[in-house]
Amino acid sequence: MINDPNYRRRYIISAIAIVIVAVFIVRLFTLQVLDDTAGEKANNMSLLRQTVYAPRGLIYDRNGELLVYNQPIYEVTMAYRQMGETFDTTAFCYALRITRQAFEQRTTDIADRKKNPGFSKDVPQIFMTQLAAEDIAPLQESLDKFPGIGIRKRTLRDYPYASAAQVLGSIGEVNKRDIERDDYYQSGDYSGREGIERTYERVLRGEKGMEVLLRDNRGRIQGPYRNGELDIAPVAGENLTLTLDIHLQMLAEELLQGKIGSVVAIEPATGEILALASNPTWDPKILVGRQRSANYMELLNDKTKPLMNRATQAQYSPGSTFKTLQALICQQEGAITPSKLYPCSGPGSTPIKCTHHHGSPVALIGAIEQSCNPYFWCAYRDMLEKDGYGKNNEHFRARYKLWCDDVRSFGLGSRFSDADISEQSAGMIPTVELYDKYYGKTGWRALTIRSNAIGQGEVLVTPLQLANLAATIANEGYYITPHLLKNDSMLNHVHHTAVDQRYFVPVKQGMTRVMTHGTGRHHALPDSIPSAGKTGTVQNKGGRDHAIFIGYAPANDPKIAVAVVVENAGFGATWAAPIATLIEEQYLLGQIKRKDKKQYISTTVLNSNVKKWGTH
Amino acid sequence: MSRNGAHISDSSTSFRLKNVDWWAIILFLGLAIFGWLNVYEASYTFDQTSILDFSFRSGKQIVWIGTALLMGSIIMLLDSRFFETISYVAYGAMILILIATPFLARDIKGSMSWISLGPVSLQPAEFAKCITALALAKYMSRYEYHLRSWRDMVVPLLIMGVPMTIIMVWQKETGSALVMSSFLLMFYRQGMSGYVLVTGVAAVLLFIIVIKWGILPALILIAVFTLLYLSRAVYFHFKPFSRVKPKILVPLLLSLASIGFSLACNTVFDHLPDHQRSRIEVLLGLKDDPQGAGYNVKQSLIAIGSGGFTGKGFLKGTQTKMHFVPEQATDFIFCTVGEEWGFIGSSALLIVYLFFILRLIGIAERQKELFARIYAYCVAGIFLFHLTVNIGMVLGLFPVIGIPLPFISYGGSGMWGFTILLFILLRLDAARAGKM
Repeated sequence: MINDPNYRRRYIISAIAIVIVAVFIVRLFTLQVLDDTAGEKANNMSLLRQTVYAPRGLIYDRNGELLVYNQPIYEVTMAYRQMGETFDTTAFCYALRITRQAFEQRTTDIADRKKNPGFSKDVPQIFMTQLAAEDIAPLQESLDKFPGIGIRKRTLRDYPYASAAQVLGSIGEVNKRDIERDDYYQSGDYSGREGIERTYERVLRGEKGMEVLLRDNRGRIQGPYRNGELDIAPVAGENLTLTLDIHLQMLAEELLQGKIGSVVAIEPATGEILALASNPTWDPKILVGRQRSANYMELLNDKTKPLMNRATQAQYSPGSTFKTLQALICQQEGAITPSKLYPCSGPGSTPIKCTHHHGSPVALIGAIEQSCNPYFWCAYRDMLEKDGYGKNNEHFRARYKLWCDDVRSFGLGSRFSDADISEQSAGMIPTVELYDKYYGKTGWRALTIRSNAIGQGEVLVTPLQLANLAATIANEGYYITPHLLKNDSMLNHVHHTAVDQRYFVPVKQGMTRVMTHGTGRHHALPDSIPSAGKTGTVQNKGGRDHAIFIGYAPANDPKIAVAVVVENAGFGATWAAPIATLIEEQYLLGQIKRKDKKQYISTTVLNSNVKKWGTH
Repeated sequence: MSRNGAHISDSSTSFRLKNVDWWAIILFLGLAIFGWLNVYEASYTFDQTSILDFSFRSGKQIVWIGTALLMGSIIMLLDSRFFETISYVAYGAMILILIATPFLARDIKGSMSWISLGPVSLQPAEFAKCITALALAKYMSRYEYHLRSWRDMVVPLLIMGVPMTIIMVWQKETGSALVMSSFLLMFYRQGMSGYVLVTGVAAVLLFIIVIKWGILPALILIAVFTLLYLSRAVYFHFKPFSRVKPKILVPLLLSLASIGFSLACNTVFDHLPDHQRSRIEVLLGLKDDPQGAGYNVKQSLIAIGSGGFTGKGFLKGTQTKMHFVPEQATDFIFCTVGEEWGFIGSSALLIVYLFFILRLIGIAERQKELFARIYAYCVAGIFLFHLTVNIGMVLGLFPVIGIPLPFISYGGSGMWGFTILLFILLRLDAARAGKM
């Protein structure tokens, strides 16, 4: 074989083998090193990143009563790619007790990227949600028969008390906007929609965790990936303690039955809101689970607007309750002293009539006691005209500006921006510019805006602002931002008004006399507890007058300040004052001694359209 | 002259440890043990803890390796003349067994090639390669035989073609049958014209062009080549004093044959069995079928790609472990290598394999006896063919043809067949020293 002519062919054969292996190594290099998409594709197939929901924080009232807790629910998820051709739809529908049409409809909807932009065949999609343990049991038992189907445990809210619906708010599925705004959320997550649930969403929700599971080619979970070393444990949401007293809250809602209105009670020393009731209302349970959307639509369409939290969102003319504030500002700005007298001719007075005849002339305390309209007109006029009008009305407009600022220092005309209440209205304190626009710079005088003197003009306030006014008077010159979360740091949110403390003394005396000699005299507290208050009866174009009351008790050492508004009820003295004083009584004594009055108020229906949803 | 030396000394047929090619044995053992680890990885489940559990594939594979080594040892103790002596008898018996197999076989995925012997299933086709190689070697090493023209190819092609046809048509085991086409490499070494290999490659390329882009580009290509050749011929014809006399007739006939082949491609393609046709279509990108024919390859590429540079680590692969890759312990075992050992591990395996094949070529070239050299080239060709087709398939370069990766893939017939194939060569090689 020494003369083998084909001897060199061994090199060609060796070269063929080397070239083949070289081609393979180049191919491996492009697949494994240059192309980095395979890893992601592989993970999408074989790893299931499953969200582990954090338990949402519980909510307690100021006395440690549980208001909101969690109940377990289940949801069925479906990973389309794993389901395969042989999926037993009939058995699946039978296990869940749904019709085939419902199945087809739902699966088509999920796969529709218009309705469900985040759709992916590899990621489990929520097929059904909010199922109770017994609903899920048949599926749970036969789950291994259905590749791609998963069951996830979640929690929903539950409520021991059918109360405080607007304050607590509810949780609902996040929408597209929420997801865009906060990348914490994924489709199908829940977040607080209103009330406390919304304000404290970030505290209550905790941190979602994640489980990384291994999934085989048929979609069956085979166990944790790498013994769970990539898992992220969820962090439970924080529990919250509210300033609300649930029993006071329930009393307020009971007293408002059959009426449209609201009650706000504040502890003056701390700004803590003790009760924040708005009627009509509903049992918070009805906005949980599968019934949520139907019930929500019903609430939305009701013409009495139950979804509005009237305590913080409704705006009313303050009526005569505004006279307390007028008395303070007019003193502060040097228009009156407590001894200054103005005459009153009863209903014959001009330009503003008085509601009734009383002793004349009257001084400050008597004017508050009797709610004398002419007195407050004169005081308001003198305050505004103190420097005359000036050539171009500039002195008058400057005084009006001063008045506006003083009013605003009581928290009126704007939202409490540092309060933890999501749903608030600003109310309205008309500005110089507004009147300028309306009447021209020189076209308005004290007489033009005289209705403001008695709280009937363009001024609008919310019940929360009224309660805060009562608390500010009780505190003699300052308030702490009203708030719902028990939180000592809120004590730093002190707002001093523009009115000096000494001017509060005669006003408080007048308000105390209202409860002993004036419009509130029939609603004095039992056990000789002195109380203070001011009624208001607000005319409105739409119908009967709104009944309004602000007050605080005990008069000598205020522990609670209250504002009550009952829409279209008539005299403030008849409907608002008893509700407010019953609230004070319950809070101060821990019980109601005027049982007949409570019975009468709570059973009287003033508006036949009002109903309460979900009460059993 | 080798024939003359055959009976000089008795020692020529005896077994000598120092003459054994230990390099080949080390490479063989390395591949088998690495394969065993990967079979363990590929069939690993969470409930299973022991690599030696005999109810699982990793446990069985070690039994296959052990018995294969036993067979190898026995072969080393046999007389080196034994194989040459029995080769025709064995060949005849093999043909009978191959014909009989489908009567005894169970239908496994359309293949009629498996015979059950108690607890084990054997695939006679795995041993047919070895016996056919012996028969070819015996015929072509006859003293009077020389491979000079195509007439000398007739008998060897028949020796090779008969079992191929039986396995492909009768047992429906295309992969094992195609393996024997690797003997062309040996024919080439023995003097067959290199143009046969070139023509083979050209035919495959032409086939791909016709199937993928249609008949027209193929014809244009043939026309361009023909014109280029003709212009060269014309140039030399008119060039003064040129000694080159270009042939005209044979190239023109070749062009005509190419045109005929191109026209036949579509017809042949249409008559292929459905699964083979769709495998080729998917490979050529004519059809996207991620759930069907393309599924295996797509999963294979994802598994290998996800291994990255360094791999996911021993027993940490997800794609193979979660059964996304089909046949992952057998034909697609390289996916496990790719996923868990990464670029480093899988290219290292390929390089070890290359060394193994180059070693076999080296052994072949040092044989003094024609019988041993021919057989050695058959063995090298078989291993190279398995490596090429198996890895090419797993890497998505070749259509899916189900043949194992020798010593790595799980399977008893394969392990035994390849070990016997190798050890017969080592036995022949060990006897070489006595025949100087």
